[in-house]
Amino acid sequence: MPQEYLPILILLALATGFAVVNLGVSFFFGCRRPTAEKDTAYECGIVPETNARGRFSVKFFLVAMLFIVFDVETIFLFPWAVVFRELGGFGLAAMTPFMLLLIASLIYEWKRGALEWD
Amino acid sequence: MIAEIIAATLKIVLVLGVVSLVVAYLTYLERKIIGHIQMRLGPMRVGWHGLLQPIADGLKLFLKEDIIPSRADKIVFVIAPIMVLVPAFVVYSVLPFGPNFYITQVNVGLFLVLAVSSLGVFGIVMAGWASNSKYSLLGALRGAAQMLSYEIFLGFALIGPLMLAGSLNLQNIVQAQSDVWFVFYQPLAFIVFFIAALAETNRVPFDLPEAETELVAGFHTEYSGMKFAFFFLAEYANIMAVSTVGIAVFFGGWKGIPGIPLPGLVWYLLKLGAIIFVFIWIRATLPRYRYDQLMRIGWKFMFPLVIANIFLTGLVKLLFL
Repeated sequence: MPQEYLPILILLALATGFAVVNLGVSFFFGCRRPTAEKDTAYECGIVPETNARGRFSVKFFLVAMLFIVFDVETIFLFPWAVVFRELGGFGLAAMTPFMLLLIASLIYEWKRGALEWD
Repeated sequence: MIAEIIAATLKIVLVLGVVSLVVAYLTYLERKIIGHIQMRLGPMRVGWHGLLQPIADGLKLFLKEDIIPSRADKIVFVIAPIMVLVPAFVVYSVLPFGPNFYITQVNVGLFLVLAVSSLGVFGIVMAGWASNSKYSLLGALRGAAQMLSYEIFLGFALIGPLMLAGSLNLQNIVQAQSDVWFVFYQPLAFIVFFIAALAETNRVPFDLPEAETELVAGFHTEYSGMKFAFFFLAEYANIMAVSTVGIAVFFGGWKGIPGIPLPGLVWYLLKLGAIIFVFIWIRATLPRYRYDQLMRIGWKFMFPLVIANIFLTGLVKLLFL
């Protein structure tokens, strides 16, 4: 069984090697004439004065939290979907409460305004 | 064992080589098709009708100066393009290209595709963070939120066809569509899958992470030369990979229409060409979404739709199939 996974590891190694070698060779061949202006961050001609890593909207954190909640549900649903044929009506009945919880949490987030972006 | 490793390595090198070449020519195809849609000719200078343009572009990017901003986090800045490119290639390890043409088949194939392709978001966040530029950071944040959200819808959309196929092995999913392609059983799932695929690959109308009219180039604003080429390569490799998954799950993979004897690989390439043409066509036609619109159609429209689709599939399958 693990033999089927071996090519994936070989591919991982080859792809990483391809990327690293390519970067290295192009670094070697490419010209390098750094100047102070060239090496500053691009801000449409204005000299950047502060660090760019300021505060950003909390909405992005909220999306990350929603993702964790719902992506875990996806992981539960995948094996269920694969054996759905064998489970039959019992499978659907067993999954319904779980799905209802999922829908309830979606409705809760909707009502609390977590899905509004402005 | 050694012979198997060598055989697998040869196959991988072949697939990687062909994928890199096809991806390079996708950029040519895109410029050419968009050119003709806009009543222009597209690239014409390098070679016959510009056919050597991708090679010239690649060579140019290869020899370009590699600029690393002085304020950037240098190690993360260099690792980020590799982190984007490698997952885009690793996905190809389990994709079915023909009846006997694939690198390997594992019984968690589709799951592996979803898991590995979602790793690309790390590279984008790393690129935006390490650049230490406002545009890069904004682009990376947008990209992360968008790709995380749409990954959920992508996963949920695939559950419907999975219930019909009863396997995560992509070759088995293709075999399960011997009679009818799943797109006819699962039209809702396919629509959601296609929209989510556009968002996952940062394509128009969801190209907010690299929106050139507002964010310069988004998360790869500060990148030049080969590192920039890696982001480009990864984007097109992802388009091809997600199209291949869509073909395998919804359009019968390498299976053709009965009565027309063509090899499986040819059928696959025909379908791939058709789907990629739609990707490019959409880019030439649609304007960009606003960020709040993107999040709204995702969470408030597509998410309830896929949940309903799972129930509907379950009920219909129990009652009629």
